[in-house]
Amino acid sequence: MLTQALFRALDKKAVWVIGIFLAVAVLVPMANLLIPPGQFGHVPTYLVSLLGKYLSYAILALALDLVWGYCGILSLGHSAFFALGGYAMGMYLMRQIGTRGVYGNPTLPDFMVFLNWKELPWYWMGFDNFWFAMAMVVLVPGLLAFIFGFFAFRSRVTGVYLSIITQAMTFALLLAFFRNDMGFGGNNGLTDFKDILGAPVQAQSTRVILFAATAIALALSVLVCSMIVNSKLGKVMVAVRDAESRTRFIGYRVEYVKLFAFTVSAIMAGIAGALYVPQVGIINPGEFEPGNSIEVVIWTAVGGRGTLIGPIIGAIVVNLGKSWFTSALPEFWLFALGALFIFVTLFLPKGIVGLWKQIFGARRKKAEEPAAPTPAQSADIERGEDPSTFDSVQPRPAE
Amino acid sequence: MLTQILRLALLTLSLLLPTQMVRAQDAAVDIPAQVTALGEASLRELGAIVTTLASTGDPSVVPVLTALGEGNLYLDETSGAVVIQRGSSITDPLTGEAVDLGADADLSRIRVNNGLRRDISAALSGMTLMSDNPGTRLSAAQGFLAKPDAANLPLLDEAIAAETEANVRSAMQAARAVTILTSEDASVEDKNAAVPQIVSGAGRNAITILTGALANAPDEVKPTIQSAISGLEQGRAVWGALQNVWFGVSLGSVLLLAAIGLAITFGVMGVINMAHGEMVMLGAYTTFLVQLVIRQNFPGLLDYSLLIALPVAFLVTGAIGVGIERGIIRWLYGRPLETLLATWGLSLILQQTVRSIFGPTNQMVIAPTWMSGSTDFFGLAITYNRFWIVIFALIVFFMLLLILNRTPLGLQMRAVTQNRRMASAMGIRTPFVDAMTFGLGSGIAGLAGVALTQIDNISPNLGQNYIIDSFMVVVFGGVGNLWGTFVGALTLGVANKFLEPYAGAVLGKILILVLIILFIQRRPRGLFALKGRAIEQ
Repeated sequence: MLTQALFRALDKKAVWVIGIFLAVAVLVPMANLLIPPGQFGHVPTYLVSLLGKYLSYAILALALDLVWGYCGILSLGHSAFFALGGYAMGMYLMRQIGTRGVYGNPTLPDFMVFLNWKELPWYWMGFDNFWFAMAMVVLVPGLLAFIFGFFAFRSRVTGVYLSIITQAMTFALLLAFFRNDMGFGGNNGLTDFKDILGAPVQAQSTRVILFAATAIALALSVLVCSMIVNSKLGKVMVAVRDAESRTRFIGYRVEYVKLFAFTVSAIMAGIAGALYVPQVGIINPGEFEPGNSIEVVIWTAVGGRGTLIGPIIGAIVVNLGKSWFTSALPEFWLFALGALFIFVTLFLPKGIVGLWKQIFGARRKKAEEPAAPTPAQSADIERGEDPSTFDSVQPRPAE
Repeated sequence: MLTQILRLALLTLSLLLPTQMVRAQDAAVDIPAQVTALGEASLRELGAIVTTLASTGDPSVVPVLTALGEGNLYLDETSGAVVIQRGSSITDPLTGEAVDLGADADLSRIRVNNGLRRDISAALSGMTLMSDNPGTRLSAAQGFLAKPDAANLPLLDEAIAAETEANVRSAMQAARAVTILTSEDASVEDKNAAVPQIVSGAGRNAITILTGALANAPDEVKPTIQSAISGLEQGRAVWGALQNVWFGVSLGSVLLLAAIGLAITFGVMGVINMAHGEMVMLGAYTTFLVQLVIRQNFPGLLDYSLLIALPVAFLVTGAIGVGIERGIIRWLYGRPLETLLATWGLSLILQQTVRSIFGPTNQMVIAPTWMSGSTDFFGLAITYNRFWIVIFALIVFFMLLLILNRTPLGLQMRAVTQNRRMASAMGIRTPFVDAMTFGLGSGIAGLAGVALTQIDNISPNLGQNYIIDSFMVVVFGGVGNLWGTFVGALTLGVANKFLEPYAGAVLGKILILVLIILFIQRRPRGLFALKGRAIEQ
């Protein structure tokens, strides 16, 4: 059955995407290590880390796409899962500092010594073990999403209400992690990392390996997502997105479908966060900002939701733009980002990928079949309508 | 002529200066040294020392002077110490503690004559309790309250009889009551009668005083004291709760102001306006600009600049709101999540625009005189700016209620909320209603901005701080119902303030967020959900 799912998942497009990122995982490190600096084709180490950061953002965007693009759940709390994964990784890295901290305390991280704590809190136990930390990277966001989703979906909290309470969740976590008493470094977060698995975090080779790991993780994420969306469950997810009530009436347990998508997505976001932290060298409560989550949504929207390649493209393009703007025209970045939000929602509801398809796909498909109304278009037909008035006979707008 | 005047002035100065210096010294009189000096002093010197001691106003001097007047003050010739001897007990004049002078003590009475006795009694009565200044009398009474001594009873009685100020008299009575309660020879009836006087006159210290007296009190008095203490504690709890309610109402009214515009746009149009916080921010900046113009051109109107800013802010933000609706939102109806994204983008642009124009630093709006300061309302400290914001929030709320229920536009809005398609079929121009609704919601956000200038920093991030809270209020209260927003805002405000003392400000807020998330599970449509098919998804 798994092989079958694998086979179905590996359609032509997914193979291409996975292949590209596996190639990137090999080629960029080679360009960094083998081509000497100054020569054409050399990728400087800082750029490797920057690209690694983008790729971890891409995993996050893909995770959001799985719930939003395929299941119609607009989560405004995905940066919370991302940050929780990051914190789990950060805690492991903190424990690796050992006696090299400013205070040289063998058991306590610097900030705890500073706060005059006497012993390690229980929830820090075990984080000196890499595999335990990795388990937490998966478990903590996954469990939070499972519990949160279980209650939310069971009570049929949908649409904007769900968006708002996910936002409340990340806001509550933001406030909580700002507190020094929480034992996660408060305002400053966790930083000043030294080693990961015995290798110095700052070293060129470590950075290259981290980049390769991120690229491979992205390829695996695409594979997993592809397996999910091409399975029967994936079809049900799309059905939930387009006509939730009808799917429920047909006999599917909509809440379980949503819960599955939400939990898997949160785990992916957590993994993205864990890969992000060693590459940027810091994790602080700012990652929980509700604004960050919304930014992830726009990456996905720019690239094209409901596709696997779209969010990846979106995350990379928008962050490239951000890097360029913040160095060249720092004043204008927010203008550009804001305009992007408006432009994409008004004119590019299917994102870059949709635009691509419109330009290059339309010619080819024209003769074959009349295009079915997309969710966005059908929503236009129903302009401002509450579809429930007529009990949802038409396809519902994707929310 | 002039020189004469100058000389006169100088002379006056030279006469004045030494007296002032003497007074300054008085403040730091070394009382124990002066008391010791009483022992060896001649009659004339005694008079001077008595005056000095009396001028300190320190209640601890009273027993010394009383003893001196009664002839109970003694000098120990051996050690040079000055003590009070009454019967066989020898005590230190200042602390009142028993003193053991040893076997070779040689006590000799410090002699006074009638003239000096008069001086002493005058000094005693005129000292503090009889001072012309009510403040001095009050502090003297409070001094006696803190250091009760049975020796002072006659003095207190005299002062109480002469007292005219009610609050000073009650403090004196409390001091007298404490003295009776702690003295050993007062009767049980007197002690029982003293307890209510302490309760009424000792203010915040009553509980401490009574608890202190409880241990030494005779068994007959203990129940009275205990019931008085528990009564006081209940009273204190009630006042604490009232204070918290007031803080909560104040916070709730701010939330109400910020959320009510959102409730309209969300309730009527199903539109999530993430730029709502920026409308609040623009309202605040409008106020800033209005005040700037008034300060430069019409300084006389400065006190009314907030009132003038109200309509201006309403019109400015309302017009921007209509512009947003016509330009962006109307293309996105039926896609609420995309509206959310577009308005979020808009909020980023508005923030950055304001930051580019006014800079990222905080701007100041001066509070008008009628809004600064505070009043003491039966022990509740109420600042005027908070008070006016509560009033203002109520006015805005009821105005809005009036608009929705008593005007044609309100009627049309409600019709569109309930059934857009049917309203349209009845000839209501739904696009116009949408634009007006959005304008109204934004305008009210602008009004909220005017009010917030009084309690918050005016910075480009102003709106960000309120947007999540506002959403919580709307979602908690229920969409499409203004009363829901009202109840939601006040509930959250009061709940927040009640959690704060136990959990701290941040943890309290986290708890509130978690509680709202849990609440939404139970009632996904909020506290006051609209019933009927139109709202069912």
